[in-house]
Amino acid sequence: MRALDTLGMSVQAIARNKLRSFLTTLGIIIGVASVVAMVHLGQSATRSVTEQIASIGSNLLFVMPGTAQRGPGGLRTTAENFELADVEAIRNEVDGILVAPALTTSATMVVGNANDTVPVIGTTNEYFSVRNHYLDYGREFEGGELSSGAAVCIIGKTLIEEMFLGQEALGANIRVGRTACRVIGVLEEKGESMGQDRDKTILMPVKAVQRRLVGELDVSAIYVSALVDGTTGLVQDQIESLLRQRRNPVNGGANDFYVRDTQDIAQALESTTNTLTILLGAIAAVSLLVGGIGIMNIMLVSVTERTREIGIRLAIGARARDVLTQFLVESIALSTLGGLIGLVIGVGGTWLVTSQLNMPFVISPTVMAVGFSFSVAIGVIFGYFPARKAALLNPIDALRHE
Amino acid sequence: MTEGSNVGRSATSRPPPYVVEMRDIYKIYGSGATEVRALDGVSLSIRSGEFVAIMGPSGSGKSTCMNILGCLDVPTSGEYRFRGVEVGGLDRDELALLRRNFMGFVFQSFNLLPRTSALSNVELPLIYEGVRPARRHELAMQALATVGLADRAHSISAQLSGGQQQRVAIARALVTEPPVLLADEPTGNLDTVMAEEIMKELVSIREQKGITILMVTHEPDIARYADRVLFFTDGKLIRDGSPAEVIP
Repeated sequence: MRALDTLGMSVQAIARNKLRSFLTTLGIIIGVASVVAMVHLGQSATRSVTEQIASIGSNLLFVMPGTAQRGPGGLRTTAENFELADVEAIRNEVDGILVAPALTTSATMVVGNANDTVPVIGTTNEYFSVRNHYLDYGREFEGGELSSGAAVCIIGKTLIEEMFLGQEALGANIRVGRTACRVIGVLEEKGESMGQDRDKTILMPVKAVQRRLVGELDVSAIYVSALVDGTTGLVQDQIESLLRQRRNPVNGGANDFYVRDTQDIAQALESTTNTLTILLGAIAAVSLLVGGIGIMNIMLVSVTERTREIGIRLAIGARARDVLTQFLVESIALSTLGGLIGLVIGVGGTWLVTSQLNMPFVISPTVMAVGFSFSVAIGVIFGYFPARKAALLNPIDALRHE
Repeated sequence: MTEGSNVGRSATSRPPPYVVEMRDIYKIYGSGATEVRALDGVSLSIRSGEFVAIMGPSGSGKSTCMNILGCLDVPTSGEYRFRGVEVGGLDRDELALLRRNFMGFVFQSFNLLPRTSALSNVELPLIYEGVRPARRHELAMQALATVGLADRAHSISAQLSGGQQQRVAIARALVTEPPVLLADEPTGNLDTVMAEEIMKELVSIREQKGITILMVTHEPDIARYADRVLFFTDGKLIRDGSPAEVIP
């Protein structure tokens, strides 16, 4: 018997029962679509996390006061902030780094009639390269402005849109807290990162924030960027021992500060999203299994219903294996068809969701191949038992079946 | 299996070879007190080219005998040689090949695939033989022409009349050019006019192709078309002879 004829027979049988074939396939369609969509969405989430971390700055270390907590957003015990002298010490004693102090606060920004509460970061010019966030236009802080703590500021794009409403921002005088402040530069657009709008921020010289806004001479965080890839571990060790010396923590025990590598954060987040992906994929795989059982169910019914037909085929010369192949091909054709439609729906669904949520649209050939092979495998596995049942029918009994 | 005996083509005066040789065939269902002997020690032989009618009341074993002759069923014991081959030693697939290559079947209830065209039904045995579509189509059309149904080739079989369906079934049985045709009550579901047509069809096919026909029937009028009648009662072959001798 020619392979093409076997296929033709199976396709005919499927076409003869369109509604039933469709309902059978539906289980596989839903199964494959959900597996493909879930895993793709998971990968897309992972990718979006990775991209956000990269946009924060590469080889970036955060030095924060307090005790390190696992996971982002963990509890922090109170500890004293750093001083500018700590920043100087790091700059002088650790090689191959850029370091920027940051004193973060929030203040009311007033432009004409518009006002809003905006995060303000007091820092230095190193901030731009360390945080991988550069000027779009305007200029950096001048040496004099930094040392004197002049009231100048560099603002993000969101503020331009929301507060200036199309007016020229550069050179404008705005109010930040109770300080009149001149805009000298505008930051490039960076978008959202970890749930924060990085374009809604004001940069000022660190001394300006200390004196004019906060009234304290300290620094709430230190950003360090290793110039050479793969040296963040070494840099982290050096900073830790240096700061431990300088801060001389009481109890001789735990550090009252911590250094967090963005790579660590990225990995932690990635492992979280990966776990989630596997979980979602597994749940979706169950629905694929249920779809497979659906196919088996229908094929068994079909074998019973077509017993007489099988008898006729056996009488006119079909061998057991011809009948087996026919039914097997039928179930594989159904599941393959379901798999293909499921792929299309799964990818379409992924596209829809990612485009709605502003996530990167990731398509993985591996995931599609696995999802599709699964559907074919289900056709084989769940089709075999009914097909065997058909093939082993006794021709006489089958012919007499009403 | 495919070579050897020149069925129905012997030009000499020697009698044609045996197609079927049965010796002490038993078919027993159940055991002990509930034992039923469907065939109770049947021995018979049929030569190539014969037209044999198998008769008997219901439950006489004639259908069981037919099923065994057609290799659709196997005997409980005894020897059955088909064209010189001992069938008892063959497995399911070998029996299927035997049916495919040497036998055509016609059933009382036609047994066509209902939602399929007459042409597709006739093509079916050729599909299992692996014949290419173009050739298959040609052979099937020829077979349908032989039974006078060339113009109904594309009709769905369920929409044909009983007589037409049976003629499609005959075309399907003959399309592979088998040396033996087995017909199980071929006229049982037809009225007398149609039955007569079908019988004339069979007689003419036999004359054209010289094939062996084995036919089960319980109607004496139908059995009279054969040139030999086997009469079964209670699983035993009790009479064997020309229609005139056997049918009272």
